[in-house]
Amino acid sequence: MAGNPVKRNLSYEFLKGLWDESPIFRQLLGMCPTLAVTTTAINALSMGLATSFVLVCSATIVSFIRKLIPNQVRIASYIVVIATFVTIADLFLKGNFPDISKALGPFVPLIVVNCLILGRAEVFASRHDPFPAFVDALGMGFGFSIALTVLGTVREILGSGTIFGFLNFEPWVIMILPGGAFITLGLLIGLMNMIKERTK
Amino acid sequence: MNKIVRMIVVLGVIGLISGGTLALVYQWALPKIIENQIRETKAAIFKVLPETRSYKKVVKDELTYFECFDDRGERAGTAILCKGNGYQGEIKLMVGVNADFTKFTGLTILEQVETPGLGAKIAERKFFKQFKDLATKPPIAYVKGRPPEKPNQIQAITGATISSRAVVNIINKTVKEWLEIQ
Repeated sequence: MAGNPVKRNLSYEFLKGLWDESPIFRQLLGMCPTLAVTTTAINALSMGLATSFVLVCSATIVSFIRKLIPNQVRIASYIVVIATFVTIADLFLKGNFPDISKALGPFVPLIVVNCLILGRAEVFASRHDPFPAFVDALGMGFGFSIALTVLGTVREILGSGTIFGFLNFEPWVIMILPGGAFITLGLLIGLMNMIKERTK
Repeated sequence: MNKIVRMIVVLGVIGLISGGTLALVYQWALPKIIENQIRETKAAIFKVLPETRSYKKVVKDELTYFECFDDRGERAGTAILCKGNGYQGEIKLMVGVNADFTKFTGLTILEQVETPGLGAKIAERKFFKQFKDLATKPPIAYVKGRPPEKPNQIQAITGATISSRAVVNIINKTVKEWLEIQ
Protein backbone atom coordinates (compact mmCIF):
# COMPACT_ATOMS: atom_id res chain seq x y z
CA MET A 1 0.00 0.00 0.00
CA ALA A 2 2.85 2.39 0.71
CA GLY A 3 4.59 4.45 -1.91
CA ASN A 4 2.77 6.00 -4.82
CA PRO A 5 -0.95 5.52 -4.48
CA VAL A 6 -2.97 4.90 -7.61
CA LYS A 7 -4.43 8.14 -8.87
CA ARG A 8 -8.20 7.99 -9.08
CA ASN A 9 -10.71 10.70 -9.65
CA LEU A 10 -12.48 12.42 -6.78
CA SER A 11 -15.97 11.18 -7.50
CA TYR A 12 -14.65 7.62 -7.20
CA GLU A 13 -13.10 8.47 -3.83
CA PHE A 14 -16.44 9.82 -2.68
CA LEU A 15 -18.70 7.11 -4.07
CA LYS A 16 -16.64 4.14 -2.96
CA GLY A 17 -17.66 4.84 0.64
CA LEU A 18 -21.32 4.45 -0.26
CA TRP A 19 -21.18 1.07 -1.96
CA ASP A 20 -17.94 -0.59 -3.09
CA GLU A 21 -16.13 0.00 0.17
CA SER A 22 -19.08 0.75 2.44
CA PRO A 23 -17.48 0.86 5.89
CA ILE A 24 -20.18 -1.24 7.49
CA PHE A 25 -21.47 -3.59 4.81
CA ARG A 26 -18.18 -4.18 2.97
CA GLN A 27 -15.30 -3.48 5.33
CA LEU A 28 -17.17 -4.35 8.53
CA LEU A 29 -15.40 -1.56 10.38
CA GLY A 30 -16.72 0.27 13.41
CA MET A 31 -19.04 -2.52 14.50
CA CYS A 32 -19.29 -1.36 18.11
CA PRO A 33 -21.49 1.71 17.54
CA THR A 34 -23.16 -0.07 14.62
CA LEU A 35 -24.51 -2.77 16.86
CA ALA A 36 -25.01 -0.74 20.00
CA VAL A 37 -26.80 2.47 19.07
CA THR A 38 -28.97 1.47 16.13
CA THR A 39 -32.04 0.81 18.28
CA THR A 40 -33.84 3.76 16.70
CA ALA A 41 -33.38 5.61 13.42
CA ILE A 42 -32.72 8.95 15.07
CA ASN A 43 -30.02 7.56 17.38
CA ALA A 44 -28.39 5.83 14.43
CA LEU A 45 -28.42 8.97 12.31
CA SER A 46 -27.00 11.11 15.14
CA MET A 47 -24.24 8.59 15.73
CA GLY A 48 -23.50 8.53 11.99
CA LEU A 49 -23.30 12.31 11.79
CA ALA A 50 -21.12 12.62 14.89
CA THR A 51 -18.76 9.98 13.52
CA SER A 52 -18.71 11.65 10.09
CA PHE A 53 -17.83 14.99 11.65
CA VAL A 54 -14.89 13.45 13.49
CA LEU A 55 -13.86 11.45 10.43
CA VAL A 56 -13.87 14.39 8.03
CA CYS A 57 -12.11 16.82 10.40
CA SER A 58 -9.44 14.39 11.54
CA ALA A 59 -8.75 13.05 8.03
CA THR A 60 -8.22 16.59 6.73
CA ILE A 61 -5.96 17.59 9.62
CA VAL A 62 -4.01 14.33 9.44
CA SER A 63 -3.45 14.89 5.73
CA PHE A 64 -2.24 18.45 6.37
CA ILE A 65 0.30 17.45 9.00
CA ARG A 66 1.26 14.06 7.53
CA LYS A 67 4.72 15.20 6.43
CA LEU A 68 5.58 16.73 9.81
CA ILE A 69 4.81 13.63 11.86
CA PRO A 70 7.68 11.20 12.44
CA ASN A 71 6.65 7.71 11.42
CA GLN A 72 7.15 6.24 14.90
CA VAL A 73 4.60 8.49 16.59
CA ARG A 74 2.04 8.69 13.80
CA ILE A 75 -0.61 6.54 15.48
CA ALA A 76 -0.28 8.51 18.72
CA SER A 77 -0.57 11.77 16.80
CA TYR A 78 -3.65 10.58 14.89
CA ILE A 79 -5.31 9.49 18.11
CA VAL A 80 -4.73 12.89 19.73
CA VAL A 81 -6.22 14.63 16.71
CA ILE A 82 -9.19 12.23 16.64
CA ALA A 83 -9.74 12.50 20.40
CA THR A 84 -9.82 16.28 20.14
CA PHE A 85 -12.62 16.22 17.58
CA VAL A 86 -14.50 13.53 19.48
CA THR A 87 -14.45 15.69 22.61
CA ILE A 88 -15.66 18.67 20.60
CA ALA A 89 -18.52 16.58 19.17
CA ASP A 90 -19.36 15.27 22.65
CA LEU A 91 -19.46 18.75 24.18
CA PHE A 92 -21.49 20.06 21.26
CA LEU A 93 -24.10 17.32 21.65
CA LYS A 94 -24.24 17.77 25.43
CA GLY A 95 -24.70 21.51 25.02
CA ASN A 96 -27.20 21.57 22.18
CA PHE A 97 -28.87 18.17 22.01
CA PRO A 98 -28.95 16.80 25.57
CA ASP A 99 -31.57 14.14 24.75
CA ILE A 100 -29.54 12.65 21.91
CA SER A 101 -26.40 12.89 24.02
CA LYS A 102 -28.14 10.92 26.75
CA ALA A 103 -29.41 8.29 24.33
CA LEU A 104 -25.98 7.75 22.81
CA GLY A 105 -24.38 7.74 26.25
CA PRO A 106 -20.82 6.43 26.37
CA PHE A 107 -20.77 5.70 22.64
CA VAL A 108 -19.90 9.26 21.71
CA PRO A 109 -16.58 9.27 23.62
CA LEU A 110 -16.00 5.80 22.20
CA ILE A 111 -15.82 7.21 18.66
CA VAL A 112 -12.14 7.72 19.53
CA VAL A 113 -11.54 4.00 19.15
CA ASN A 114 -13.76 3.55 16.11
CA CYS A 115 -11.41 1.71 13.80
CA LEU A 116 -13.05 3.28 10.77
CA ILE A 117 -11.58 6.67 11.67
CA LEU A 118 -8.08 5.49 12.52
CA GLY A 119 -8.30 3.21 9.49
CA ARG A 120 -9.00 6.06 7.09
CA ALA A 121 -6.30 8.20 8.69
CA GLU A 122 -3.73 5.44 8.30
CA VAL A 123 -4.78 4.01 4.93
CA PHE A 124 -5.87 7.14 3.08
CA ALA A 125 -5.36 10.53 4.74
CA SER A 126 -1.70 9.95 5.61
CA ARG A 127 -0.92 9.16 1.96
CA HIS A 128 -2.98 11.78 0.12
CA ASP A 129 -3.37 15.52 -0.15
CA PRO A 130 -5.91 17.24 2.08
CA PHE A 131 -8.62 17.62 -0.53
CA PRO A 132 -8.79 13.97 -1.65
CA ALA A 133 -8.55 12.99 2.03
CA PHE A 134 -11.50 15.27 2.78
CA VAL A 135 -13.54 13.79 -0.07
CA ASP A 136 -12.69 10.23 0.95
CA ALA A 137 -13.69 10.91 4.55
CA LEU A 138 -16.90 12.59 3.44
CA GLY A 139 -17.84 9.56 1.33
CA MET A 140 -16.98 7.12 4.11
CA GLY A 141 -18.87 9.21 6.66
CA PHE A 142 -21.86 9.40 4.36
CA GLY A 143 -21.78 5.65 3.75
CA PHE A 144 -21.44 5.00 7.49
CA SER A 145 -24.38 7.29 8.33
CA ILE A 146 -26.63 5.77 5.67
CA ALA A 147 -25.81 2.22 6.73
CA LEU A 148 -26.42 3.05 10.38
CA THR A 149 -29.71 4.75 9.60
CA VAL A 150 -30.92 1.80 7.51
CA LEU A 151 -30.10 -0.55 10.39
CA GLY A 152 -31.76 1.78 12.89
CA THR A 153 -34.88 2.11 10.76
CA VAL A 154 -35.31 -1.64 10.31
CA ARG A 155 -34.76 -2.28 14.00
CA GLU A 156 -37.06 0.51 15.11
CA ILE A 157 -39.90 -0.66 12.86
CA LEU A 158 -39.64 -4.30 13.89
CA GLY A 159 -38.56 -3.81 17.50
CA SER A 160 -40.70 -0.91 18.65
CA GLY A 161 -43.37 -0.86 15.94
CA THR A 162 -43.00 2.90 15.53
CA ILE A 163 -41.85 5.36 12.83
CA PHE A 164 -44.87 5.34 10.52
CA GLY A 165 -47.29 5.52 13.41
CA PHE A 166 -48.76 2.07 12.98
CA LEU A 167 -48.82 -0.40 15.81
CA ASN A 168 -50.79 -3.32 14.46
CA PHE A 169 -48.47 -6.04 15.62
CA GLU A 170 -46.67 -7.03 18.76
CA PRO A 171 -43.13 -5.62 18.33
CA TRP A 172 -40.30 -8.13 18.30
CA VAL A 173 -38.41 -7.22 21.42
CA ILE A 174 -35.40 -9.14 20.13
CA MET A 175 -34.87 -6.54 17.41
CA ILE A 176 -33.96 -3.78 19.87
CA LEU A 177 -31.83 -6.12 21.98
CA PRO A 178 -28.22 -6.77 20.89
CA GLY A 179 -29.22 -9.99 19.12
CA GLY A 180 -31.45 -8.04 16.77
CA ALA A 181 -28.50 -5.91 15.72
CA PHE A 182 -26.54 -8.97 14.60
CA ILE A 183 -29.54 -10.48 12.81
CA THR A 184 -30.33 -7.25 10.95
CA LEU A 185 -26.71 -6.60 10.03
CA GLY A 186 -26.26 -10.15 8.77
CA LEU A 187 -29.38 -10.01 6.63
CA LEU A 188 -28.44 -6.61 5.18
CA ILE A 189 -24.93 -7.78 4.28
CA GLY A 190 -26.44 -10.87 2.69
CA LEU A 191 -28.82 -8.68 0.72
CA MET A 192 -25.96 -6.51 -0.48
CA ASN A 193 -23.99 -9.55 -1.57
CA MET A 194 -27.00 -10.82 -3.48
CA ILE A 195 -27.42 -7.52 -5.31
CA LYS A 196 -23.74 -7.48 -6.10
CA GLU A 197 -23.91 -10.99 -7.56
CA ARG A 198 -26.92 -10.13 -9.68
CA THR A 199 -25.43 -6.95 -11.12
CA LYS A 200 -22.13 -8.55 -12.05
CA MET B 1 18.87 11.64 19.11
CA ASN B 2 17.61 14.15 16.63
CA LYS B 3 14.74 11.85 15.81
CA ILE B 4 13.71 11.51 19.44
CA VAL B 5 13.65 15.27 19.91
CA ARG B 6 11.52 15.64 16.81
CA MET B 7 9.07 13.00 18.02
CA ILE B 8 8.70 14.72 21.36
CA VAL B 9 8.33 18.16 19.84
CA VAL B 10 5.72 17.08 17.28
CA LEU B 11 3.62 15.18 19.80
CA GLY B 12 4.00 18.01 22.30
CA VAL B 13 2.84 20.63 19.82
CA ILE B 14 -0.13 18.53 18.70
CA GLY B 15 -1.08 18.02 22.34
CA LEU B 16 -0.80 21.73 23.09
CA ILE B 17 -2.96 22.75 20.15
CA SER B 18 -5.48 20.09 21.00
CA GLY B 19 -5.59 21.14 24.67
CA GLY B 20 -6.00 24.80 23.79
CA THR B 21 -8.82 24.09 21.35
CA LEU B 22 -10.63 21.92 23.85
CA ALA B 23 -10.33 24.55 26.58
CA LEU B 24 -12.06 27.05 24.28
CA VAL B 25 -14.81 24.64 23.26
CA TYR B 26 -15.37 23.63 26.87
CA GLN B 27 -15.80 27.24 27.93
CA TRP B 28 -18.38 27.67 25.22
CA ALA B 29 -20.26 24.48 26.07
CA LEU B 30 -20.21 24.56 29.89
CA PRO B 31 -22.92 27.21 30.44
CA LYS B 32 -25.17 25.39 27.98
CA ILE B 33 -24.64 22.06 29.71
CA ILE B 34 -25.44 23.57 33.12
CA GLU B 35 -28.51 25.25 31.67
CA ASN B 36 -29.69 21.91 30.26
CA GLN B 37 -29.29 20.24 33.63
CA ILE B 38 -31.31 22.96 35.35
CA ARG B 39 -34.01 22.74 32.68
CA GLU B 40 -34.14 18.97 33.09
CA THR B 41 -34.53 19.24 36.88
CA LYS B 42 -37.27 21.84 36.46
CA ALA B 43 -39.13 19.69 33.96
CA ALA B 44 -38.89 16.69 36.29
CA ILE B 45 -40.19 18.67 39.27
CA PHE B 46 -43.07 20.00 37.22
CA LYS B 47 -43.95 16.46 36.13
CA VAL B 48 -44.19 15.10 39.67
CA LEU B 49 -45.73 18.22 41.25
CA PRO B 50 -47.58 20.14 38.53
CA GLU B 51 -48.64 22.98 40.86
CA THR B 52 -45.02 23.99 41.45
CA ARG B 53 -44.14 27.56 40.56
CA SER B 54 -40.91 27.88 42.49
CA TYR B 55 -38.69 25.47 44.34
CA LYS B 56 -35.80 25.38 46.75
CA LYS B 57 -33.09 22.76 46.47
CA VAL B 58 -32.08 21.06 49.71
CA VAL B 59 -29.08 18.76 50.07
CA LYS B 60 -28.99 17.00 53.41
CA ASP B 61 -26.84 14.02 54.32
CA GLU B 62 -26.89 11.99 51.11
CA LEU B 63 -30.33 13.10 49.99
CA THR B 64 -31.29 15.77 47.49
CA TYR B 65 -34.85 17.06 47.48
CA PHE B 66 -36.76 20.09 46.35
CA GLU B 67 -39.23 21.99 48.53
CA CYS B 68 -41.90 23.11 46.07
CA PHE B 69 -44.20 26.11 46.34
CA ASP B 70 -47.36 26.91 44.34
CA ASP B 71 -48.42 30.23 42.81
CA ARG B 72 -49.56 31.62 46.17
CA GLY B 73 -46.21 30.80 47.72
CA GLU B 74 -47.64 27.99 49.81
CA ARG B 75 -45.92 24.66 50.15
CA ALA B 76 -47.15 22.33 47.42
CA GLY B 77 -45.06 19.39 48.48
CA THR B 78 -41.63 17.90 48.03
CA ALA B 79 -39.94 16.36 45.03
CA ILE B 80 -37.40 13.80 46.18
CA LEU B 81 -34.51 12.61 44.05
CA CYS B 82 -34.02 8.86 44.47
CA LYS B 83 -31.52 6.44 43.08
CA GLY B 84 -30.69 2.80 43.48
CA ASN B 85 -29.95 -0.40 41.62
CA GLY B 86 -32.26 -1.76 38.97
CA TYR B 87 -31.97 -4.97 37.01
CA GLN B 88 -29.05 -3.87 34.84
CA GLY B 89 -27.76 -0.66 36.32
CA GLU B 90 -28.61 2.39 38.33
CA ILE B 91 -32.11 3.84 38.19
CA LYS B 92 -32.51 7.54 38.96
CA LEU B 93 -35.98 8.86 39.51
CA MET B 94 -37.89 11.69 41.11
CA VAL B 95 -40.99 11.22 43.19
CA GLY B 96 -43.35 13.88 44.51
CA VAL B 97 -45.21 13.84 47.82
CA ASN B 98 -47.88 16.33 48.84
CA ALA B 99 -47.38 18.88 51.62
CA ASP B 100 -49.02 16.88 54.45
CA PHE B 101 -47.40 13.63 53.26
CA THR B 102 -50.57 11.63 52.68
CA LYS B 103 -50.05 10.70 49.06
CA PHE B 104 -47.60 10.60 46.22
CA THR B 105 -48.23 13.17 43.53
CA GLY B 106 -46.25 11.63 40.70
CA LEU B 107 -43.16 9.79 39.56
CA THR B 108 -40.74 10.36 36.73
CA ILE B 109 -37.82 8.18 35.71
CA LEU B 110 -34.72 10.27 35.04
CA GLU B 111 -32.21 7.61 34.08
CA GLN B 112 -32.46 3.87 33.57
CA VAL B 113 -30.72 1.18 31.55
CA GLU B 114 -33.27 -1.62 31.96
CA THR B 115 -33.92 -4.17 29.20
CA PRO B 116 -35.56 -2.43 26.23
CA GLY B 117 -39.12 -3.61 25.74
CA LEU B 118 -39.34 -5.16 29.20
CA GLY B 119 -37.85 -3.38 32.21
CA ALA B 120 -37.53 -0.15 30.26
CA LYS B 121 -41.33 0.06 30.45
CA ILE B 122 -40.88 1.58 33.92
CA ALA B 123 -40.30 4.84 32.02
CA GLU B 124 -43.66 4.53 30.25
CA ARG B 125 -46.74 6.40 31.32
CA LYS B 126 -48.79 3.27 31.87
CA PHE B 127 -46.45 2.27 34.68
CA PHE B 128 -45.51 5.55 36.31
CA LYS B 129 -49.02 7.02 36.33
CA GLN B 130 -49.89 4.38 38.95
CA PHE B 131 -47.85 6.38 41.44
CA LYS B 132 -50.05 9.43 41.17
CA ASP B 133 -52.33 9.66 44.23
CA LEU B 134 -50.81 6.49 45.69
CA ALA B 135 -51.00 6.33 49.51
CA THR B 136 -47.69 6.98 51.25
CA LYS B 137 -48.48 4.84 54.27
CA PRO B 138 -47.88 1.94 54.59
CA PRO B 139 -44.89 1.73 52.20
CA ILE B 140 -45.66 0.93 48.56
CA ALA B 141 -46.28 -2.69 47.71
CA TYR B 142 -46.63 -4.33 44.31
CA VAL B 143 -48.91 -7.06 43.00
CA LYS B 144 -48.37 -9.32 40.00
CA GLY B 145 -50.77 -10.05 37.19
CA ARG B 146 -53.89 -8.47 38.71
CA PRO B 147 -55.07 -4.95 39.36
CA PRO B 148 -54.07 -3.50 42.76
CA GLU B 149 -56.71 -3.58 45.50
CA LYS B 150 -55.23 -1.46 48.27
CA PRO B 151 -54.43 2.26 48.05
CA ASN B 152 -50.71 1.64 48.52
CA GLN B 153 -50.38 -0.98 45.77
CA ILE B 154 -49.21 -0.83 42.20
CA GLN B 155 -49.23 -3.52 39.52
CA ALA B 156 -45.80 -4.76 38.44
CA ILE B 157 -44.99 -4.89 34.73
CA THR B 158 -45.50 -8.37 33.28
CA GLY B 159 -42.12 -9.92 32.57
CA ALA B 160 -40.29 -7.18 34.42
CA THR B 161 -41.02 -7.81 38.08
CA ILE B 162 -37.40 -7.14 39.05
CA SER B 163 -37.39 -3.67 37.50
CA SER B 164 -40.82 -2.86 38.97
CA ARG B 165 -39.72 -4.07 42.39
CA ALA B 166 -36.52 -2.03 42.08
CA VAL B 167 -38.51 1.16 41.53
CA VAL B 168 -40.76 0.41 44.51
CA ASN B 169 -37.80 -0.42 46.76
CA ILE B 170 -35.84 2.66 45.72
CA ILE B 171 -38.79 4.92 46.50
CA ASN B 172 -39.60 3.23 49.82
CA LYS B 173 -36.01 3.35 50.98
CA THR B 174 -35.42 6.98 50.00
CA VAL B 175 -38.73 8.20 51.41
CA LYS B 176 -37.94 6.46 54.69
CA GLU B 177 -34.55 8.19 54.85
CA TRP B 178 -36.16 11.49 53.95
CA LEU B 179 -38.71 11.15 56.76
CA GLU B 180 -35.93 10.46 59.24
CA ILE B 181 -34.22 13.78 58.57
CA GLN B 182 -37.38 15.88 58.64
